[in-house]
Amino acid sequence: MAESSTTNQGRVVVYCGVCKLPPEYCEYGGTTKKCQEWLSKNHSSLYERIWSVEALEAATASLSVEAQERAAKDAKKKAAKAEAAEQKQAEKLSNSVVTIKRIERNKRKYVTSVSGLEAFGLDLKKVAKDFGKKFATGSSVTKVPSGGEEIVVQGDVSDEIEEFLLEKYKEIPEDNIELVEDKKKKGSAAG
Amino acid sequence: MFKKEIHPGPKQKLKSSIQRSLRANFVETYPLVTPFIDDIMPKKASLEQMKLPDRVSLYVQDGIPLFFQHDNDALLPHLRLVHRFPQCFPTIRIDRGAIRFVLSGATLMAPGLTSPGGRLPRPDAREGKETLGEGAPNEGVDEDGRWSRELEKGEPVVVMAEGKEEACAVGVLAMGTKECKEKGKGPVIEEAHFLGDGLWRLNVD
Repeated sequence: MAESSTTNQGRVVVYCGVCKLPPEYCEYGGTTKKCQEWLSKNHSSLYERIWSVEALEAATASLSVEAQERAAKDAKKKAAKAEAAEQKQAEKLSNSVVTIKRIERNKRKYVTSVSGLEAFGLDLKKVAKDFGKKFATGSSVTKVPSGGEEIVVQGDVSDEIEEFLLEKYKEIPEDNIELVEDKKKKGSAAG
Repeated sequence: MFKKEIHPGPKQKLKSSIQRSLRANFVETYPLVTPFIDDIMPKKASLEQMKLPDRVSLYVQDGIPLFFQHDNDALLPHLRLVHRFPQCFPTIRIDRGAIRFVLSGATLMAPGLTSPGGRLPRPDAREGKETLGEGAPNEGVDEDGRWSRELEKGEPVVVMAEGKEEACAVGVLAMGTKECKEKGKGPVIEEAHFLGDGLWRLNVD
């Protein structure tokens, strides 16, 4: 390979940043268009080699016409599928909301619960650990009765968590974070 | 084997005695890696084991997957390792038409190997060629992409692809290459680790 070199750790192979396959195999990954864009941007010499007209012709020449058609159809279907999945994913992302809830635990004591992070592909356990480190408080992942999990942080840190999330996890849009204040039933809080 | 997505499990450090036996096992299974074994598995680095579903264990070193094993079957190299040291593993080659099936997890069938684009081993004397290094048997790939020794049923093998430089799958032969040439049909590799499968995408960090 043009850009692979030999070290005592063996050859270094470039992998596509989009589909993670070696670029030669991008055509089977289902995200061919994006892979092409990525490759032409990051490894233009490789791009020239793999996607040049001559290379493509040489590649398809050995197949029968029928097989070519079939392969093309298959590739199309795969691409469409990948696209649909991506769209769905994007939609899901834009619809999912991270809820930061301040819960009154005692008269002047609060805990903060954060739910909905898993929709953004975050590992709750890790995020909880980060929260704990950042705010120097207890922070744990707990199951909620309705199924699913949320992070509970000790203390009232709802505003800070919002800032922290926005800064650290850029994939969460600001509009999708919701702050809620949850007071215990008035009676029990007073009593 | 790994068609489904796999979630990374906890990693365990292995005892050095187990590391040693794994290393010996690996060299025994793939005599060709002998000259490179110190690069692949430095004696100092610590090997970690990650347990995956279906009784598969993956061995990881410094965040790089090396090889995996189902129960006590043969050790199979992870494709990333194959890409780093392609000359160390026996290969067969499939034709272009078969690539997309293999990459979606299909059983590898004989016609993909016997057709003009496929390459099965061609035993020859391999005279005048140099071995890779000390301790390695005198075998390898000729200019045409054919391995110099017939491979037996049950041997682990790397699958290359027509027109591609990198390997696309790793698996255990369900049929010897000789038989494959004679019969020309039937499954050759049943369950394989292929590019883009769950194991390939597994995040080992």
